[in-house]
Amino acid sequence: MKAKLPMTSAILTNKFERRTFVLGMGQATVGMLLAARLGYLSVAENAKYRAASESNRVNLTLIPPRRGWVLDRRGAALASNRADFRVDLIPDRVVDADATLATLGPLLGLTADKVDDIKARLEKARGFQPVEVGSNLDWDKFAAVSVRLPELPGVIPQRGYSRFYPTGPSVGHLVGYVGPASADDYERERNPLLITPGFKIGKDGLEKHFEERLRGVPGARRVEATASGRVVRDLGTREDVPGKPIQLTIMAGLQDYAARRIGLESGSVVVMDCLTGDVLAMVSMPSFDPNSFSDGIGRIEWKMLSEDDHVPLRNKVLRGLYPPGSTVKPMVALSFLEAGLDPSASVNCVGGLRVGNRVFHCWNHRGHGSVDMAKGIYQSCDVYFYHFAQAIGMDTIAKMARRLGLGQEFEMPYPGQSYGTVPDPAWKLRKYKKEWAIYDTVNATIGQGYMLVNPLQQAVMASRLASGLELKPRLLLDRHAPPPRSMGFSQQHLDLIHSAMNEVVNGRGTAGHARLPIANVQMAGKTGTAQVVGLNIGNGKGGQWKHRDHGHFICFAPFDKPRYACAVVIEHGGGSPSAYPIARDVMTYLFDPAKAMEVLEGFEKQWGGDVRTRMRAKYDAYAAKFGTTAPAAPDEEQAAQEVAAENKPAPEPTAAQTDAAAPAPEPEPAPVATPTPAAVPSPAPTPTPGT
Amino acid sequence: MQRAYIPQAIARQPWRVILPLLALVVFGSLVLYSAAGGNIRPWAGMHVARFFVFLVMAALIARVPQEWFKRAALPIYGILCVLLVLVELIGGIGGGSQRWLNLGFMTLQPSELMKPGIVLVLAWFYSVLPVGEVNGWRAIAPAVLLLGFPAGLVMLQPDLGTGLAISFGAVVMMFLAGLPLRLFIGGALAGAIVAPIAFFTLLHDYQRKRVLVFMDPESDPLGSGYHITQSKIAIGSGGFLGKGFGHGSQSHLDYLPEAHTDFVFATMSEEWGMLGGLFVLAVFALVFHWGLKVAMNAPDRFSRLLAAGMVTTIFFYVCINLMMVMGLAPVVGIPLPFMSHGGSSMMTNMICIGTIMAVDRWSRRSGTGLL
Repeated sequence: MKAKLPMTSAILTNKFERRTFVLGMGQATVGMLLAARLGYLSVAENAKYRAASESNRVNLTLIPPRRGWVLDRRGAALASNRADFRVDLIPDRVVDADATLATLGPLLGLTADKVDDIKARLEKARGFQPVEVGSNLDWDKFAAVSVRLPELPGVIPQRGYSRFYPTGPSVGHLVGYVGPASADDYERERNPLLITPGFKIGKDGLEKHFEERLRGVPGARRVEATASGRVVRDLGTREDVPGKPIQLTIMAGLQDYAARRIGLESGSVVVMDCLTGDVLAMVSMPSFDPNSFSDGIGRIEWKMLSEDDHVPLRNKVLRGLYPPGSTVKPMVALSFLEAGLDPSASVNCVGGLRVGNRVFHCWNHRGHGSVDMAKGIYQSCDVYFYHFAQAIGMDTIAKMARRLGLGQEFEMPYPGQSYGTVPDPAWKLRKYKKEWAIYDTVNATIGQGYMLVNPLQQAVMASRLASGLELKPRLLLDRHAPPPRSMGFSQQHLDLIHSAMNEVVNGRGTAGHARLPIANVQMAGKTGTAQVVGLNIGNGKGGQWKHRDHGHFICFAPFDKPRYACAVVIEHGGGSPSAYPIARDVMTYLFDPAKAMEVLEGFEKQWGGDVRTRMRAKYDAYAAKFGTTAPAAPDEEQAAQEVAAENKPAPEPTAAQTDAAAPAPEPEPAPVATPTPAAVPSPAPTPTPGT
Repeated sequence: MQRAYIPQAIARQPWRVILPLLALVVFGSLVLYSAAGGNIRPWAGMHVARFFVFLVMAALIARVPQEWFKRAALPIYGILCVLLVLVELIGGIGGGSQRWLNLGFMTLQPSELMKPGIVLVLAWFYSVLPVGEVNGWRAIAPAVLLLGFPAGLVMLQPDLGTGLAISFGAVVMMFLAGLPLRLFIGGALAGAIVAPIAFFTLLHDYQRKRVLVFMDPESDPLGSGYHITQSKIAIGSGGFLGKGFGHGSQSHLDYLPEAHTDFVFATMSEEWGMLGGLFVLAVFALVFHWGLKVAMNAPDRFSRLLAAGMVTTIFFYVCINLMMVMGLAPVVGIPLPFMSHGGSSMMTNMICIGTIMAVDRWSRRSGTGLL
């Protein structure tokens, strides 16, 4: 260091000039670098960035396609679309959810529980999954939200189409319902349509099963939009392609009538065409209103539906399993005939049948006297069937039961159907490793014990008995379907069964009150009463609702030239008197709708209005009572699981049954003079305890 | 001689810098006019008006004698340091850090003024430092102290961008003052070691995130990476000739953040293309060339260092801003001189220009003997 020349001002100046030159060169280099970078970005990579800028600028908004209609056999809408105004929230774009909802609440007239529901859904919703705030809004509310958009980021008001079910609850289980796609749906499909506000997918029933066909192709609107989503300019619109309709075999008027006629009871009605197997009505009540499900299930609604012991969320037609009771007797009788039994062969009923050292009781403990096959059916004499079943054997009966549809699977577009059981010795051995016992035959011949069927199977049985044709229930209308084959029964045998069943209604039978009020049309039927609890707990007629007997009725009309068959099951109705008046009125509707409506309107006055009026009243009562204190409704997936759990068929008893069921008392045949006038059934839908 | 027909007072002005700057400002105001959707307000008109106000200020600074500069250097530096401390104590909260001081009639950002301030005080320091001490510790320690105090305060705010700008200006001053080269090489090596450590210990989360996102903007396309990505899209989609005046979709549809301030170059590039970008680069090249030439021709050590330091200050703004908008540097809040809308940066840059103009005056007076 010391060896160096002393620092002078001149040296420093020289140094400064050299270093300034270096600095200038450095700046020039940086300048060149920047120019090169600029060229790289704007010339070399131009195409890439031009595309990126274009995709920023042009916003493609999908227009949800109009869903295909669900039509009845005559073309009336069971599910249609109506133009409406709606408001959705996009969770990712909402800045302050509470403030936004505080503004929207008064504008849209949202109640506190609704606001809570929306908040709960907002929390669960992911990213761009839209949350519906309101649909089917009137213009004033819609306009009130629209003008406030600048202060409501993430709020999307739009006009579109929403699903509309004109008869509401009547078709809830038949058609199903739609709802916003869940996160899982989106994961599965990865389709941007699923997170388009206003788009709904089928969540249940036909809506779900025929989703692909009903959905259609979305339209698209190309707009120039700002980063925050404000539309600057319209660039063009492509119309949507509506989904294809599906036409059902259902008769809309009948479906609605049957649903309303069930009234306050919990039950099912199935009506089938005896020539084609077309299902004309398939009703499970009480039900839910698919219209109000489409915006998600609210907490009040969920509480109301899940607490109802009438299980409105279960489709009882396909998922309800019941011991069919005496409705199996015409079937058992036919099996006797086909096995060669002389229909005039009689047995003397003294109120019970002794087999070995045991006595199996007839429901009528006083006895029916001499009973042949016809009387066995129309008086529902248990002893007649006990006796000949012993002789002919369970295998023959079980075979006939299956031929007529019991325990059989039918192709219907619904998941999770329950098919029930037709027991026979082989089945019992397989299932319980136990030998078939006499009491098992006794139970099976009166439709008790292991025998479990669903209402659709009962309707199929009625239609096959009526027509002698191998009818399969059909829900989708197909005018070119091949005609059903014959079952191969002797017409003589069928005529015999028909006339005995006609006697049930129009003669000395158990359902005199089921006579049709139509000239020249006689209905044939068979009553059935299935016990729910043993006689030691209740007599099946009154007491706790849960302990009352199930009421069954199968029928067809006209009896001599069967056209329509029907099965009615009323849960805990207190026996068949709860079922056959409904069957009578439903069948009346087919021949004279005006007359049937008159009867229904009379009933509805007593019940407090039609189905929707009653549901609304119940909802309001719940809302007033619980309000926001009701726990939040489970999200879509949970709800679906809970509904599925609800729909699980009653488990088969794990232990083998060890005794005969006591036959549930049938209603006394009206024309037969008996000293117990109290047993005369009343046509009132709810049997009052004690009668 | 044509010059004879032009009045002395006008001919004397340094048109070699005023004209390019005017071109840049007018161009900038066109960009701001377009960014406002074809409106003079709120940015374009204000931008030009501010330029003229600050041009007058610069002309006034240019008339200040060298003695005054030298005498005021330390007091100005002291006042700025006090203001920085005040900011730390009572400054308003803004943008996640304390930067502004509300004076009632205007908000003041002392860190902004510190950029020319540090250049001034170091120029003074090296001019009074005995020539023989340049290689010793006496040339370094006071300079490091003079830099460390304000730079530390600014970093504390925290305002990394301005802190780096101040430091860069100071380091270049030391370099030009003739400090031994090994210091700078050693410093660069030390920096290479310290920077990663500082990155993980000293930086705030949001700063660290900005740096990380700069490395990989696509990792966070809707968060911090959004700025860089959208800026690159704007510049890249402009092409060579641009989308045309008033047709920049990125800025007009709000995809480009801060389209009128920090990212004004992207706004410009989208509409004017690479050609517009080259024009801006060329104008800055002219200005820096002029500034460095003034420094080379300056009569003494103080004015040489002063002019070169002021050039460096403006250069640092330009360099970091352009690197940022083109995705070569992390997002730091540094505007583009003479184009970005904003009073504070315009004032700082015009102070720098005014100071260089003053140096130019001193050299002409001593050189030619004319007024």
